[in-house]
Amino acid sequence: MQDILNIFVKSIFVDNMVFAYFLGMCSFLAVSKSVKTATGLGIAVTLVLTITLPVNYLLNKYVLSAGALKWLGAGFANVDLSFLSFIIFIAVIAAIVQIVEMIVEKYSPSLYNSLGIYLPLIAVNCAILGGSLFMQQKEFADVGLATTYALGSGLGWFLAIISLAAIREKLAYSHVPAPLRGIGITFIITGLMGIAFMSFMGISW
Amino acid sequence: MDKKIYKNPIFVSNPITVLVLGICSALAVTVKMGPALVMALSVTVVTGFSNFIVSMIRKTIPNRIRIIVQLVVVAMFVILIDQILKAFAYDISKQLSVYIGLIITNCIIMGRIEAFGLGHKPIPSLIDGLANGFGYGIILVVVAFFRELLGSGTLFGVQIIPLSWYVKNGGFYENNGLFILPPMALILLGVIVWVQRSIQKELQEKK
Repeated sequence: MQDILNIFVKSIFVDNMVFAYFLGMCSFLAVSKSVKTATGLGIAVTLVLTITLPVNYLLNKYVLSAGALKWLGAGFANVDLSFLSFIIFIAVIAAIVQIVEMIVEKYSPSLYNSLGIYLPLIAVNCAILGGSLFMQQKEFADVGLATTYALGSGLGWFLAIISLAAIREKLAYSHVPAPLRGIGITFIITGLMGIAFMSFMGISW
Repeated sequence: MDKKIYKNPIFVSNPITVLVLGICSALAVTVKMGPALVMALSVTVVTGFSNFIVSMIRKTIPNRIRIIVQLVVVAMFVILIDQILKAFAYDISKQLSVYIGLIITNCIIMGRIEAFGLGHKPIPSLIDGLANGFGYGIILVVVAFFRELLGSGTLFGVQIIPLSWYVKNGGFYENNGLFILPPMALILLGVIVWVQRSIQKELQEKK
């Protein structure tokens, strides 16, 4: 239980996808102009991350990593397929994004209308693939911890994009020097937010 | 051939500062010059050659599944680079950790394939890819230059700031620890955009 809580809090604040690892920056900067669209993308990222990461975790544990194919018989104990992990992970992510898109379209047209345009974008969002690659590196003990990590990272990303969107909405009323308008000031704000988030570094149980 | 293909991406439509693509995996590797240079080189190679391959098969790819096909081509090159780095430059491969894998989702690559590779002949596509990778690399190296020089006092691991300047040796100088931390990369990038847009006024955004 303590493990789960620890991973959850850490992945939201300390190892925040955006501020600590710069993952998912492209869509983070492009879609943060208004809080409404930012919320849509944030929910979509959290959802897809929480679904894909456990799937990739199981694939990594039982198919890809060194000696993972032992359950097939002693002859497979020495097989190491880890060089295939990039291509398998990205294929799983692309497939799941497609499936989620179809399910949402069928069962909840209203949600599809608000999320629909973001879902295809997510297949190439680095936060999703990055989550899977970090999962591979961190070697979680079981699938529950991996899911917690996914949910926490997704919420951390969600939190980051909503706060940036809120700041950018207010920024419309301030006087920004012409060359900094738009992307320049957004970079600097994100940097300052990152410095603020560093104050969470000490948190751990 | 149109000179714009290889001149534009480097300054006028630089992928990072103007198009704002590929920042995802870029900034985390800019603490030191070495990894930044390797990353820049890897991205240039992957962008160039995947653009080339996709452009060669562009007439046979069904439109509906093109994203998957493109991802497979890109992933193949990234796996090759990853294996080469693991074999010949293990230290750097360790330092870059997951960011080599994240080249797959680097928006520059997919962006160039979608915007250029799918509609042009292989050779111009190759040049377009290489030029965009180069434009990306320049920004990476500039950011890494300032971060390593001001954050660690070194360049490529060689001490640049004289050791006798440091406070602990009786001098007046101290490294700025903030430059090693992630947020400073973003602020530096903001400053680069500021400088570039002050020179090229046509890039400035209207209020």
